[in-house]
Amino acid sequence: MNSTETLSNNSVNDTGDLIPDESPFAEHWHQLKRSKTAMAGLIIILFFVLVAIFAPVLAPHDPVIQNMEMRKTAPFASEYILGTDDLGRDMLSRLIYGARISMVIGVIAVGIALFFGIFIGLISAYYGGWVDKVIMRLVDIMLAFPYILLTIVIVAVLGPSLTNAMVAIGISQIPRYIRIVRASVLAEKENDYVLAERALGASDMELMFRSILPNCLAPISVQATLGFGSAILESAGLSFLGLGAQPPTPEWGLMIASSKEFVTSAWWIVTLPGIATLLAVLGFNLLGDGLRDILDPRMKD
Amino acid sequence: MDEKKLLSIENINVHFNTRRGVVKAVRDLSLHINKGETLALVGESGCGKSVTAHTINQLIPMPPGVIESGSVMFRDRDLLKLPLKEIQKLRGTQISMIFQEPMTSLNPVFKIGEQLADVFLAHQKMTKKEAHAKAVELLDLVKIPSPEKRAMDYPHQLSGGMRQRVMIAMALASPEPGLMIADEPTTALDVTIQAQILDLLTDLKDKVDMSILLITHDMGVVAETADRVVVMYAGRKVEEGTVFQIFDNPSHPYTLGLLNSLPSNEKYSDSSRLEAIPGNVPDLLSLGEGCPFANRCNYADDSCEKSFPHSTCIEEEHNIWCHKADDVKKTKGPKS
Amino acid sequence: MKPLMEVKNLKKYYQISSREGNKKQTLKAVDDVSFNIMKGEILGVVGESGCGKSTLGKTVLRLHEKTEGEVLYGGRDLFSLHHKEMTELRKSIQMVFQDPFSSLNPRKKVSSLIGQPLRIHNAGSPGEINGMIEDIMNEVGINPMYKNRFPHQFSGGQRQRIGIARALALNPEFVVCDEAVSALDVSVQAQILNLLQDLREKHDLTYMFIAHDLAVVEYISTRIVVMYLGKIIEVAEKDELVNNHTHPYTKALFNAFPLTDPHKRAEKKKIVMGDVPSPVNPPAGCHFHPRCPYAKAVCKEQYPPLKEVAPGHMSACWLNE
Ligand SMILES: Nc1ncnc2c1ncn2[C@@H]1O[C@H](COP(=O)(O)OP(=O)(O)O)[C@@H](O)[C@H]1O
Ligand SMILES: Nc1ncnc2c1ncn2[C@@H]1O[C@H](COP(=O)(O)OP(=O)(O)O)[C@@H](O)[C@H]1O
Ligand SMILES: [Mg+2]
Ligand SMILES: [Mg+2]
Repeated sequence: MNSTETLSNNSVNDTGDLIPDESPFAEHWHQLKRSKTAMAGLIIILFFVLVAIFAPVLAPHDPVIQNMEMRKTAPFASEYILGTDDLGRDMLSRLIYGARISMVIGVIAVGIALFFGIFIGLISAYYGGWVDKVIMRLVDIMLAFPYILLTIVIVAVLGPSLTNAMVAIGISQIPRYIRIVRASVLAEKENDYVLAERALGASDMELMFRSILPNCLAPISVQATLGFGSAILESAGLSFLGLGAQPPTPEWGLMIASSKEFVTSAWWIVTLPGIATLLAVLGFNLLGDGLRDILDPRMKD
Repeated sequence: MDEKKLLSIENINVHFNTRRGVVKAVRDLSLHINKGETLALVGESGCGKSVTAHTINQLIPMPPGVIESGSVMFRDRDLLKLPLKEIQKLRGTQISMIFQEPMTSLNPVFKIGEQLADVFLAHQKMTKKEAHAKAVELLDLVKIPSPEKRAMDYPHQLSGGMRQRVMIAMALASPEPGLMIADEPTTALDVTIQAQILDLLTDLKDKVDMSILLITHDMGVVAETADRVVVMYAGRKVEEGTVFQIFDNPSHPYTLGLLNSLPSNEKYSDSSRLEAIPGNVPDLLSLGEGCPFANRCNYADDSCEKSFPHSTCIEEEHNIWCHKADDVKKTKGPKS
Repeated sequence: MKPLMEVKNLKKYYQISSREGNKKQTLKAVDDVSFNIMKGEILGVVGESGCGKSTLGKTVLRLHEKTEGEVLYGGRDLFSLHHKEMTELRKSIQMVFQDPFSSLNPRKKVSSLIGQPLRIHNAGSPGEINGMIEDIMNEVGINPMYKNRFPHQFSGGQRQRIGIARALALNPEFVVCDEAVSALDVSVQAQILNLLQDLREKHDLTYMFIAHDLAVVEYISTRIVVMYLGKIIEVAEKDELVNNHTHPYTKALFNAFPLTDPHKRAEKKKIVMGDVPSPVNPPAGCHFHPRCPYAKAVCKEQYPPLKEVAPGHMSACWLNE
């Protein structure tokens, strides 16, 4: 065969012709669309994201302004559609701004965990040897603590505040990411393309970040989605314990905490933020599980 | 059905409904296997060899697979019309199958002696002890050294070649072996081991009256073991004949190309350039009604793109499916 | 003439943990191997799987560190080069891999795959590199129109062409082809063999051509090395080896090789020999003796030296004595 092959434009498959184009992304998207649970998760998440972004437009009232005449009004009984809390603040507006806070918590906590998790996991798996051993022992130690206890200890050290809570959640999630990144890098590293690119003279940095990492994104994105949900839950927990957001921040966990004595007298003040938290976490878990089934069939239970 | 024939496939069409479209994996395929013969089904990967084999014992996953038409007659029964229960009874008794990677078809947690004995116990009335003795006997038959000891091994303790022998023994354990389908049985093995497995298959075929459907992409394996050959290309049968007819007088341009592509072909003893077939195997999704080989064929013209040819008889039992049969015959010379 | 590459007593051992207990065992993947490669040669390396062909190929390119021995390339020992010198040298020594599916990074476009070596070694401005990529693609027979496609969109043969293009992008002198055509269908295999031949003539390349397929090695090589369990057991010029091989293992290999003519079936000798022994605890003496029909007492005790039996023809067998 000569080296300048003819370009064929007709329908017959010739030497130059290719398997019809379909990017991996398009294929995954197609599978995702067929998974009902993942789509349900995605819709819930989209809902919360939109609410978070357009909070100032959507919220009918200021979330922190108190209306002492209208304390504990029931839902659908007044201009406050979802009622007011014990200090006469509009529940709906507080929930809407709460979504905003929850999304920020998720982004920052997952961001921190991802950044360090990927970096450390990649180095650990790529270099192996004693580096790997030391890192993995540290990870084991961190994982030996009950997760929530670890978070609480970190907040306690840093001082209770919403920012510190996010940082603490991020830090205590790092070991999971290290493990996942390390496992997939170890598998990916065995492929011939790594050796092939090393034979071309590629440096370690290039191999780690430009060759191997992009091939490990599937399990990482599954973990990040699930991690987002658990970060929201953690932060609600921390706020409930008084270690996270401080009043009058409209944070869901804090809303539950500061109104727990009204469970019987004004159920909505406690229940509504609870439902919001539950829905948001559910959304991320559904999407995460769906993604896992599609991207990483091996991890299926 | 003809007395001589053990299996006869008539005009089967198998396709897969995939998201990208309909993959026509096997089209209008007919073939038969006589009693006691080895039929080799050759062709490059993806040409539908395994799909053909799986059609015989109903292992095509449905969906996405669809067997559109045709019949598979085995000992006077149409396998395509049999209920699943009956097919399951046939599998492993009258129709057995060995695969490229034997590890996947052996149970890793049982000793191979036990697995073999189970086959006996499933079909015949005998005690466990007798079954075990029979199992050892079979291991000996497939030439596994010190069979008593090996019967106590787990599959992972054996080498690839030994495992393939165990698979062959399993196939022979049934009371009435009829057809053995061997799908690339030696592809994963080294040549020295391959040679021994092929010898074994040939020996056994004569010892235990059975027929073999040997699926392979390797013309060398065909030359060593086959009685008759069916050459497939992109889901179609393009040439059929006895092994001598195929090697002495290959008549379809694809078969010619395939034999010419082999570096072991005698005409390359001076390391001259190989006569490669240009281009790649077509995508089964975008195949039209014409001859699938047309775009890689030196003889092709417009007629080849339009319709798939009828058969041309070269001599008795030797047929090709090519519009340009005469041109090929003229230019090819007496023997290539 | 000085050889392009001299391999002296090269050893590559792996420490593996055995099934029982934690005891570490030594697997001698390449065990005391010496040979030279002349410029312009195609040195074929054959042997059954697991005999250390790939390990040898990768170690002579210093893709693995050695256990012992030397690899001199143009007189310099590869293993004593510093990182920077080694990266520089990588331009002239390259490798084509067996598996056209795992050897191309699935997340990279063809242009980025072929452009990578050019970029790493600063072969030119982005515009120039782009031009070079198109030239190379033309040369290996891939339409440059497809340079923004991903590897999974190509067939096996086309992917192998991309792998070859990448290896040749920097105009190397020496290329190790590790089973470069083994995963391909015959008709495509022939195309790639032709391509490798053409490129060799055009660019004056030297190949080390590793394959388990004797027919392919016999066709393409000018000299052939036969390996068994980490050791070279026979080496000679192609014609000499094909016609006058003396080692029983080489004989078995040639004999086991499938026929191309069904008429010769009757002539074919049946081979009866067991499986390849484990490389962890190879048999004492000559590693081949348990499978060898001619084994003598001495074969069970001492490993035979690699001796010259004819000019340029070395064989390691006690029968040669
Ligand atoms: N389950 C399936 N789903 C979709 N396509 C399939 C399936 N099984 C086989 N095919 C297609 O059928 C064609 C023939 O496959 P096969 O018979 O396995 O080829 P081979 O000749 O290598 O054994 C291939 O193109 C393959 O992609
Ligand atoms: N990274 C490794 N660790 C341990 N053993 C290895 C490694 N790579 C190869 N081996 C062993 O070395 C031997 C030679 O392997 P290889 O060079 O791949 O053989 P070939 O290419 O001839 O098939 C085999 O027994 C193999 O199991
Ligand atoms: Mg197959
Ligand atoms: Mg190898």
